Amino acid sequence: MTVQSVFPALEQLLPRVQKPVQYVGGELNAVVKPWDDTIVRWCLMYPDAYEVGIPNQGVQILYEVLNERADTLCERTYAVWPDLEKLMRENGVPQFTVDAHRPVGAFDALGVSFSTELGYTNMLTAIDLAGVPLHAVDRDETHPLVIAGGHAAFNPEAISMFIDGAVLGDGEQAVLAITDIIAEFKSEGSPGGRDELLMRLAKSGVMYVPAFYDVEYLEDGRIRRVSPNRPGVPWRVAKHTVMDLDEWPYPKAPLVPIAESVHERMSVEIFRGCTRGCRFCQAGMITRPVRERSMTTIADMVANGLEKTGYEEIGLLSLSSADHSEIAEIAKGLADRYEDTQTSLSLPSTRVDAFNIDLANELSRNGRRSGLTFAPEGGSERIRKVINKMVTEEDLIRTVTAAYASGWRQVKLYFMCGLPTEEDEDVLQIARLAHEVIKAGREASGRKDIRCTVSIGGFVPKPHTPFQWAAQLDHETTDSRLYKLRDAIRQDREFGKSIGVRYHDGKPGVVEGLLSRGDRRVGKVIEQVWRDGQRFDGWSEHFSYDKWMAAAEIAFADEAVDVNWYTIRERDLSEVLAWDHLDSGLDKEWLWDDWQDALSEVEVDDCRWTPCFDCGVCDHMGTEIQVGPTNAVMLPMPVIPSRVVANSGT
Amino acid sequence: MARDRDPGREIVPAVQKLRIQHAKRDRLRFTSHRDFQRAFERALKRAGVPMAYSAGFSPHPKISYANAAPTGVASEAEYVEIGVVQIVDPEKLLAVLDEVLPPGLDILAVVEARTPDFVARLEASHWSIELPGTSQETLQGALDAFMSESEVLVDRLTKSGIRTFDARTAVIRANVEMGADCAILQVVVRHGVPAVRPDDVLAALKKVADFAQEIPPRVTRLAQGPLLEDGWSVGDPFTLDREATQA
Repeated sequence: MTVQSVFPALEQLLPRVQKPVQYVGGELNAVVKPWDDTIVRWCLMYPDAYEVGIPNQGVQILYEVLNERADTLCERTYAVWPDLEKLMRENGVPQFTVDAHRPVGAFDALGVSFSTELGYTNMLTAIDLAGVPLHAVDRDETHPLVIAGGHAAFNPEAISMFIDGAVLGDGEQAVLAITDIIAEFKSEGSPGGRDELLMRLAKSGVMYVPAFYDVEYLEDGRIRRVSPNRPGVPWRVAKHTVMDLDEWPYPKAPLVPIAESVHERMSVEIFRGCTRGCRFCQAGMITRPVRERSMTTIADMVANGLEKTGYEEIGLLSLSSADHSEIAEIAKGLADRYEDTQTSLSLPSTRVDAFNIDLANELSRNGRRSGLTFAPEGGSERIRKVINKMVTEEDLIRTVTAAYASGWRQVKLYFMCGLPTEEDEDVLQIARLAHEVIKAGREASGRKDIRCTVSIGGFVPKPHTPFQWAAQLDHETTDSRLYKLRDAIRQDREFGKSIGVRYHDGKPGVVEGLLSRGDRRVGKVIEQVWRDGQRFDGWSEHFSYDKWMAAAEIAFADEAVDVNWYTIRERDLSEVLAWDHLDSGLDKEWLWDDWQDALSEVEVDDCRWTPCFDCGVCDHMGTEIQVGPTNAVMLPMPVIPSRVVANSGT
Repeated sequence: MARDRDPGREIVPAVQKLRIQHAKRDRLRFTSHRDFQRAFERALKRAGVPMAYSAGFSPHPKISYANAAPTGVASEAEYVEIGVVQIVDPEKLLAVLDEVLPPGLDILAVVEARTPDFVARLEASHWSIELPGTSQETLQGALDAFMSESEVLVDRLTKSGIRTFDARTAVIRANVEMGADCAILQVVVRHGVPAVRPDDVLAALKKVADFAQEIPPRVTRLAQGPLLEDGWSVGDPFTLDREATQA
């Protein structure tokens, strides 16, 4: 059965919506395959607006990996804005892919990538617009499997009633394994229907199928037990880890949209994982171990990507890019290669040390030195020990001094508010720190126009981290601390005018906290708030704290729990956590010990350079740290003759 | 000791200018002018065109765009001029640039710029306005009413508020044709300030004859260029450059 494009119907709606170009596709390097030539059809979704979703590396990588298979096609869909959603409902136009404008409901699988929990309501819109029943239990053979992935999928319990499965960890090999299972199942004539397919997927361990697990509760609201409800389903589902990133140099042909996006650059991931051990950081905990991509592969990906995209800027991505074992050689090699072009390089620079300044100087060799960003995260020495961000005030001052001395004019500092054990004083220390930064910077640079911007947001405890047991700070206290900090900086007569403060109020963090440490009961809140019209929760102009709280009131009416129970309540070791059956490789005892160390302000080293401290991941997952140096050499780029110059042959 | 980009760095001057005619077709007609600019600059990079850059702290490639068609309107006649630092073969540029642009943004012709005042040569546009679900008679009636007026004032919402202007005088010629599922309004409009656009003409039809459509029209700019001797045909703006090259 071939599937028709919905474009003729959609086309009539486009003149009536904002930024219609975001719905037409036509990106450079997009792939459209004939429907009938393939067996397995995937639709991947990034559940936010196109401009945010299109640069997402996870979706771009899986899109390419899947489309490389002859038996498979993969297209993409993004969240439609409320103006188009309304017109689509009025005119019966279903959720569509941007590649060939095929209806999402016709695909075998809808994979949704969650970087944040704030995309949950947008997933519901897409499922509903696709004509797929909202609840997994109501779906049949004609509907796609809805599969969650991305960091938030490490605790998908809050959305478990809407999804058929969740994939934990790296997706490259997992999507191929799922595709194999679907292809085999379909070629056998789909024996046993949807239930059988899900069973095969669950048994293989590739994917967590929430429907095959029962959750029992204690009277006080805590979870008593999570257990498989049929034989053959694993008690715990493990994450996937891609070893050897050189074998997976994706994306090879990055998508370049016609529409403007939030990242107008090409990204190359230089390593995956991080073992710095910052206790608040879920990404650093769930992506272990560190796996570096070699300098040679990075250089090839940059050269190939520039040729295929025409971008002028390259971002070298990872959780802490300066930590690549050969970052100095990579930076110098790339800066040399592209010195005489208009190409610029950027490194999300968050590590606070002087080495980072040398790097930043190298990367901006022939560019403008406007701003550098560092993330001390905690305002006081004490709180930085609690969160294991091993940066002393001396380090910070030395680093920013070096930055201002080499011509950088603006330094941006990232902090969090509401960290465990935090007092007002810890946050107020940020004002003093910023004061010292400007003082040192003026001395080092000899100029008065240097600036420092303090950016601070509320901390949200996340699953699979040592802070998973911590009480989140209530939004009233968060806000009052932020105001005190703002006032303290304003009152700095000497340097206050050189210091900017950016802060986010605490309310969105409460909803994020509810969703990230939520269990299956939270699903009712999501459905309620979505039915009340809530969409695009990551956008301050669309987010409504009041709507969420009202929805929680209704959804939790007959439960022993409420929003505070999920957010500002501290858990103890004996409590069954909603995500305990989902295995990130981290040993729960180790996480607990690390949590206790945090409370005693004891730091832990990075296992890349010190002996293993038994977090559990490598042992348990059969993985290992992969770091260089490779001692390879990046050669200058061969000059490719222009194909358009007169008398250039061909 | 600012370490900004050295404003004294060597600027390589343009040695040649090229004029490019391109189309904006099908679903890519929803491309805005800004979107097109970004896509075009990246395409020049992919094609390896030796662009000339402006001086200053943030150098920009030397590109001038003329009279871009509105977002949502297709076009067979958009014009761009670029400056290069090496002599480029127009035919090769046409082939390579078209190859690296997505289907829908298509390069139609390239000439070496040999004559001045190119933009002034773009005197008028020929628009084809397809109106699905509209009968030929209804459209003809509305057009007749419009053409019999000497002035039809219409409103357009601009950044600085509602602007009222005449949409009639600029219309040099108009006729109705029958399409497969639609009536088609063919209209030649003289460029002016403010430029009268196809939606202004439709607004004027609505005003004089209460002409309205349920389904959004499909509009295409078929040509843009000098007005020929007959006073209403739109010529090829590249003719003078071609003649100068051959001479």
